[in-house]
This record gives sequence, structure tokens and C-alpha cells, in this order.
Amino acid sequence: KTVCDLNLSSVLMNSNLVHRADSFFLATKMAAPLTLLLIVAVTIRAVLFRSSWAELISERVEVVSPLNAWKRVVEGLALLDLGVSPYSGDVFHETPFMIYLFHFVVDYAEIVFMVSPDLVFCLSRFLTSLKQKYALESDRYPADCLELLRSPKEMFYIPLKVAMFYLLNPFTILSCVAKSTCGLNNAIIALFILCTLKGSALLSGILLALATYQSIYPLTLFAPALLFFLQRLYIPVNLRRSSFWFFTLQYAFIYVGSLVVITGLSFFLLGSWDFIPSVYGFIFSVPDLTPNIGLFWYFFAEMFEHFRLFFICVFQINVFFYTIPLSIKLKEHPVFLIFMQIAIISIFKSYPTVGDVALYMAFLPAWSHLYRFLRNIFLVSCVLLACSALFPVLWHLWIYAGSANSNFYYAITLLFNFGQILLVSDYFYAYLRREHHLTHGLYLKKKDGTEATLVLK
Amino acid sequence: MGLLSDPNRRKALTGLLTRLNTPICIVCYLAGIVWFMGLAFEPFTLRTYMSENAMGSTMVEERFSSGERALSLAKEFDAHKRKAGGMPVEWLVKAMQSRGLEVFTQSFSRKLPFPDENKERYMVRGTNVYGILRAPRAPRTEALVITAPCSPGNTNNQAVALLLALAQYFRNQIYWAKDIIFLVNEHDLIGTQAWLEGYHHTNITGMEYSPLQGRAGSIQAALSLELSSDVITSLDLVLEGLNGQLPNLDLANLFYAFCQKLGVLCTIQGKLQRNDWDTAEGYTHAAQTMMLMVLKQACGRSWGDHGLFLRYHIEAASVRGINSFRHYKTDATTIGRLLEGMVRKLNNLLERLHQSYFFYLLPSLSRFVSIGYYMPAFGLLAVILLLRALDLWVHLGAPALAAVDGVTEAEQPSSPGVLTVLTPVVISHLTGVALYLLPVHLQEMAVEHFPVSETEAVVLTAIAIYTAGLALPHNTQRLLSGEGTEQGWKVLKLTALLYLAVLLGCTALINFSLGFILAVTLVPITASITPHIALYAVVMVLLSPAFTILYCVFIYQELIEAPVSVSEGWMLFLSVISQGILDHALYGSLVYPLLALFIYPCWLMFWNILFWN
Repeated sequence: KTVCDLNLSSVLMNSNLVHRADSFFLATKMAAPLTLLLIVAVTIRAVLFRSSWAELISERVEVVSPLNAWKRVVEGLALLDLGVSPYSGDVFHETPFMIYLFHFVVDYAEIVFMVSPDLVFCLSRFLTSLKQKYALESDRYPADCLELLRSPKEMFYIPLKVAMFYLLNPFTILSCVAKSTCGLNNAIIALFILCTLKGSALLSGILLALATYQSIYPLTLFAPALLFFLQRLYIPVNLRRSSFWFFTLQYAFIYVGSLVVITGLSFFLLGSWDFIPSVYGFIFSVPDLTPNIGLFWYFFAEMFEHFRLFFICVFQINVFFYTIPLSIKLKEHPVFLIFMQIAIISIFKSYPTVGDVALYMAFLPAWSHLYRFLRNIFLVSCVLLACSALFPVLWHLWIYAGSANSNFYYAITLLFNFGQILLVSDYFYAYLRREHHLTHGLYLKKKDGTEATLVLK
Repeated sequence: MGLLSDPNRRKALTGLLTRLNTPICIVCYLAGIVWFMGLAFEPFTLRTYMSENAMGSTMVEERFSSGERALSLAKEFDAHKRKAGGMPVEWLVKAMQSRGLEVFTQSFSRKLPFPDENKERYMVRGTNVYGILRAPRAPRTEALVITAPCSPGNTNNQAVALLLALAQYFRNQIYWAKDIIFLVNEHDLIGTQAWLEGYHHTNITGMEYSPLQGRAGSIQAALSLELSSDVITSLDLVLEGLNGQLPNLDLANLFYAFCQKLGVLCTIQGKLQRNDWDTAEGYTHAAQTMMLMVLKQACGRSWGDHGLFLRYHIEAASVRGINSFRHYKTDATTIGRLLEGMVRKLNNLLERLHQSYFFYLLPSLSRFVSIGYYMPAFGLLAVILLLRALDLWVHLGAPALAAVDGVTEAEQPSSPGVLTVLTPVVISHLTGVALYLLPVHLQEMAVEHFPVSETEAVVLTAIAIYTAGLALPHNTQRLLSGEGTEQGWKVLKLTALLYLAVLLGCTALINFSLGFILAVTLVPITASITPHIALYAVVMVLLSPAFTILYCVFIYQELIEAPVSVSEGWMLFLSVISQGILDHALYGSLVYPLLALFIYPCWLMFWNILFWN
């Protein structure tokens, strides 16, 4: 009964939240569908929470990883209550902040219900800010490109679409029902994006530090955030300008400072540095090779032990490395860069889950203007769809029926990641191509007057 | 990646695929069928070979000699069975104890969701008796199971007796490294199910049973024995298990090797092997054997007691003695030796059977087709769906995206097509849910109002809902979205095609035969369907999942050389449906829910396109 009440109260709170948001930012027309959407989303989750599926879902390796499984949080809490360090043993890998958060929050369901709308809320707002930008752009470009720019009417529905893509995405729902703490990490990243787009360098730096503290990888979002602020303050990216260095140092100071403060606080909370090897060591050295949707487990399970260190370095550098070329290429478009970075993190991180995939997929409607330039969307949709269905099937064949083996499952993992990479690179190409058309006109002609096509090589 | 990024080549390829779509699809379909039929042609198949080292190189010498004693035991058992009017539990316990086994019993009871008219049972109550022979040579962490069902009437007495005789003989040998469990189960599969659930501490089907008092190690392999006569002419090997799962091919190889060694005639699907593969008769024979295997596997039920073991990761097969009018007879001693040899080789295993294939089809006992050879046949059929989807996608252009995602995500941003697609999808699936839930739940009401028995009520309700589903969707679709557009049905068809492709793909991975049979019937009509053609409606109904089952019944009867008339076929069809529902409720077979919750709704989506307006 209490769960039911909590659900009810959270629904009420959510709708309150939306109503307040509404009066500030959104036209009255948006409130009704958004509220409806929230009610639908919360209902689906509430129903699933109470059904027998919840337990099954929370055991799925695609949905929870050793980093964010609720089972492990419970174990950590129990250890903490007994006065033992939660990091003794090799089960618990959450950060100290997380465990103290759960220590004080009795019922988890409520938080998850609150968090997902949070994210929507942030993203909706971030998109409203994009709107103004495009309005400004419209008079700068050649006349035939006007159809490439989004009309205000299209822009108007984007927050709703983003909300839908996140809230009704089966991946999000699964991860929420499994009580994976991935949802909280997603919320922190979303809040960070919101603060960045709102132009608050201080909050942005602090939230980025928090996100980094949670799972390290958001570190790469430092570059796009910095680029965004520089662009916003009209500071050119020029290594010889003192104003560039001044702001960069300022932002880096906020970031590193809050990271140090957060880590220090964790130390004081627990009274030991146990969490460093147990959380970050665990993320970097990948000791847990439970199958998941990522690329690490099979590779490192098959590998000879003496190559392990080398390949761990290669795999981990892979996550961070793309920041440099992408930052150079997309330095004028930091928001898109954020999307690219989040996608790359969720593909290449050491313990990915479908919750991470859902985060970057929530951005897709924001790039709906790129749709006409996408080339492989049919192929990508088919691949992602088929893989999502095949994961449980091959898991069943491998683990329960015993007739297939790990190679079958890994083949699907590879295909799934291939689909994701194709999706991201397709959006990247489409973005670049749109930029090209915006400056050179939509209908390109070759020198001899025939129609030209753009080829990416 | 050149193909994915170079627009010119992509355009050329898509152009080719859309222009030649229909011919390519037809060629693919024919190629798929021909490929499949070619699998039974001997030069295209591989000869079976023993992959497991522990069973291959070590020869064993069979010394079992008490076949005659087994036959007298069978008479004694028969007398006690008659006296007890069921399983003679006390006699069995004593008989096993006197042979030096640790004996335990397990009682179980199960109320069927509705009466099973084939086997005439509703409230099932029974007892399993099992004896454990502890391994003298090893730490008793692993076990083998030999099981014989105690069936009503005269059947299977010899099997139980041979089991006891083997137990007595095995008890005196010193080489056992694995515990051997001798299990006599009552009420065939229900007893096996109760025993397995008790052994593994699970309860997945709501069976009531008493916990097992004695256990052995983890079970490595199991053999089920069915024997109803003193002498036999041939032994038949049954492999098909629950949900079309098959044991490791090495188990079949082992059986075949011992049949060769002891000169016992062995069959599979009741068909002897022929050597004249290059004649038409030889090929037809192999094709029939393979088709029988495909049909049996597709129906997803367990074709012997072994079928339930497979779910617990235990390799198992049934050996069935057949006594026909052939001159050449084999006595009980030889069968005992054959089992002795098999068990001894299994006893030599160092790890679970895993070396050989798990996915295979057998055109004969000495020839097999592995997954790599038969999957292309299915792939050729499935690719038609994708080609048609691609074709539609190209024609539709932009607005199709929403629909593609619409399959997985319940609702999508409001583009014009979504609601028109979503409504039929939801309604079809609700009909599917009704088909799944209502027959069993409404049986009491149906029995009250109509003069039918419970079983008939269930089957007829299922058929009624199935038929009603045909009328429902195309009426309700107008309700919400008003006039359907040209784009609307194309989006729906695209969605349905991709949905069907994913469904069939997943099905074929778990149960190739089922996936293939569904693909053969569903693909041609779903690929070619367009609205408002009366002919399509007829073909569509004739190729619907229910009719597929009906055809399979007739083909199966034809293949086992017991052809039936139309009315008999219809009765068989009804009993197949009730058996399917029962199998789902009793053992967790997945064919019924798959058909009701996924395949049928998917078919309804296509039916909806036909009446689009």
C-alpha cells in the first residue's frame, strides 16, 4: 500500500513540477501532452514494478552491470549498517555519495520516478534555448537553405519528443524497473547539460565533477562544455589569447576543485580510501567479465593474461581518444559534440547497459532536422531492433538450453555495437553535410553544371 | 564500408533491389525451398562421427547376460501391477532394495487445467520410485539416469524389468565413476517433470510434489527406455525434446555405434536407413525421415520422457523397442548389453557432452545436417521480408521512421502515420492475448451454456476467438483514425514485415523447424499482400497459422504411413490444439504462447492491410 501511495505522491509531484515549469518556459499547449506523457510513463513503470517481471528484468545482464545493480547496492547498505566498509568483499562498486544517498532514502522507487522526469525537464529546457539560436541563424544563410532550418513550430514539439524518446524508450523503462542506478547517473549528466546550456559555468563545473566522480567517463564532456562557454562568451579559441586561457583555467579550476572537494568529502564520510580501487580501479581494470552489451568481456575472457594490461590501456584510451579529433572538427558546435561524446562513452565504456544507450537516444529528436541527410537509418533500425530481440534469445540458448555458446552472444553484442557506431557516424556525417549545405547552398552544382553529390571518404 | 558511405553505389544497389524486387524475392523463396529439400540428399550431408574423446577411443566389453531373468521379472511386475491397479510401489521398492540400491519414493499430484482426453486424465496422483547406485570409484559428484515409465496396461513391463535386471548387474561391477539413478516414473511426462523439479529444487509449472529424500550428483546424461515385448525387431531412437531442443549429437552417435557393434537394427523416426541414396526412392526416404524430424521438432512437445531432461542441461534420449513382423529378432540380453555399453561409455565422460553439435537435422542415423547447412534455407526465406521492407521503405521515403521504431516503442512522436499503425498493432495483440488467456479461463462458462465437454470447450473457444479475430481488427481500425491512407497501409506493412522477420528469426534460432515451417507458409503471402484483392483473402486464410497446423497434421499422418480421412484429420487437429495448450500448462512448452501472442497478432496485422480503407 505504501508503494502505491508513494507512486501517487510522486505522480502528483511530477505534475506539480511540470506545471511550474510550464508557467516559466513552456507554452500552455505543451503542458497537457507532457503531463499525459508523464502519467503514462509513471504508470508503465509502476505496473512493471509490481508485476513478476521486475525480478526477471533486474537479473538481465543487458540491463544491469556490476557497477549499478540494485542487488549490489542493497548488499553495500547492509554492510554499511553492520559497520563494515561496504567495499570489503568484491560486490559493491558504487561511489560513497551514492550509498549515503540510499542510506537516507528509504524507498527507491520514488527517486527513480522523480529522476526520469528530471531528465526530461532538463532536456526540454535545453532545447528551448536552442530555439533562439536557430532563430538568429535564419537570416545568415543563403535563401535556398531556409528549408533546412527548423520552423518554430517544429522546434516547439522537440521538448515533447525528447521527453517521449526518453520516458517511453523500452531501454529506459527496463533500466528503471531493474532499479539500476544508471538512471541517476543519467540524471546528473542531464542536469550538467542543462546548466551548461543555461550558461552557468559554476554549476556546470560542479555537476561535471559529480558526473566524473560517479563514473569517470564523463570527463570527456569537459571539452564540449568549455567550447560552449567560450562560444557563448564570444571568446575565440585561440591559444595565443589571454582571455581564452583565463576562462579555460577558470573553468578547469571549478571542475578540478569540486572534484577534489567531492573526493575529499567521500573520504571523510567513509574514513578510508577504499572506494578509489573499488570504484575507479574496477572501472578501469575491468576485473568482472560478466557478459554485457559491451565489447570488453569476451575479449578479456579470451585473452592471455600477460597481454591484459596492454589491451586494457588500448580499450580505455579508445573511449577518451575521440575527444581530440571531434573537438577540433566540431568546435563550432559544442552541443552536438556533447551528444557525440555521450554516445561514444556509452558504446565503448567498460560496463555499458541499455540505460546508457537510452541517454544518447533521447537526443535523437533534437537532431530531427538532420533526418534528410541520414543514409543508413533503415539498416541501423533493423540491426538495433533485431539485436534487442536476439539478446535474450541467445542468452537463453547459451545459459539455459546449453546448446549455443558465448560466441553466439558475443556476435550479437558486436552487431549491436556496429549498429550503434553506424548510427552515431551517420548522424555525424549528416551534421557535417548540413553545415556544408548551409554555407554552400542546398543544390550543389559541379563545374560543368550537372548535379553534384557529396561523398565522405 | 564503401557501400555504406558512397551515395552513388548505394543508389545503384537500392535501385537494383527495388527494380528487381519481385524476381529476387521469388528466386529467394524457391532457392530456400530447394536448399531445404537438398539437405536430405546424401552427398550434401555429413557422416556422423564421435567427437567426444572419452567415448570414442575407449572400447568396452559388454557382459550383461540376464535377459531371460528380466523377462520373468517382467511377468512378475505385470502381475503386481494388475493387483495394485497402478504402479506397484511396494514391490518396486523391495525389488530395488534387494538389488542393493538406495531406494526412495516421491509422490506428486497435479490437476490439469482441463481433462486430457487422449490419455483420459484430469486429477493426476502418482508416485515415482527411484534407486541410486552409489559410485564406488569416484567422489559421487556426477550421476547418470536410466528411466523407464510405468505405463497403464501391458506396455512397458519389459522396460521396467530390464531396468531392474541392469541394476542388479551394475551393482556387482566396480568400475562406476558416476552414481547411477534408476527411475521408474508414473504418468509418463508428469512423473518425470515432478521428479526433475524435485531433484533441482525448482517449481516452474505449479506441480505439487513431495521433496526428494535422496539425491546423487549433478546429472550428466539420461536414457529413457520403452520396451513392450520380449523380443524386438528394431530399436528406435527418439531425440526431439521440449521446445524442439535436441540432445548433443554424440548421444545419437553413441547409440548408433552400439547398434552397429551388436548388430541391432536401429531406426530414427521409425525409418530404417537405406543405402541407395542415388535412386529416387532412396532420396524420398531420406527426405521423409528428415521431414518427420522437422514436424516433430516444430510441434515443440517432448516425444519421450527424455525431452524434459534437456531443459536442465542434461543430454537425454529415448530408446524405444519396436516389434514388427520382420524375421530378424533381437532378444532382451542384447538390448541389455546395448544399454550397458552406452552407460559404461557415458560413465567414462570427463565433462558434459559438448563436443558435438546441438543443432542438427537427421536424414538418417548415420548422416546429419548441421546448423551451418540448414540455416541458409531459412535465411533465404527471411531475406525476402527484409527485401520487401526495403522496397517499401524506399517508396515511402521519409515518414516511415516513426513506424519502424513504433514496433518496439509503444508510442512515438506525433507524425501522421503513427496512430493509424498503432491502433491495428494494439488491437491485434489484444486479440492475441485473448486467444492465449480466454480458452482455459472460460471453459466453465462454456460448459454451462453449451453441450460440450471441458476439453472441447477449450479447443472450440480457441477456434472461435481465432475466427472472431479475423472480423475484429479491420472494423475497429476506422474507429480512431478515420480514413486510412495509401501511406498508412504501407507503413503498417513495413512494420509488420520487420516484426515478422524478427519473430521468425528468433523462433528459428530456438526451434529451427518451427521457424522454417512458419516462414514457408507466411512469407509468400505477407510479402506480396496489397489491399482489396479478394483472392488474397482466400490465400491468406489458407496460409494462416491454424491452417498450417492442419496441413502439418495431414502431412505427418501421411509420412508415418497412417493416412487419415478429412474428418479424422479434423479430430486430430482438435486434439493437437488441446495437447498444445496442455503441454504449455504442464511442461512449459512455448509453442502455444508463441503462436497466440506473437505469430497470430502479426498475421492479423497483415489481415488488416487486406481490408484497409
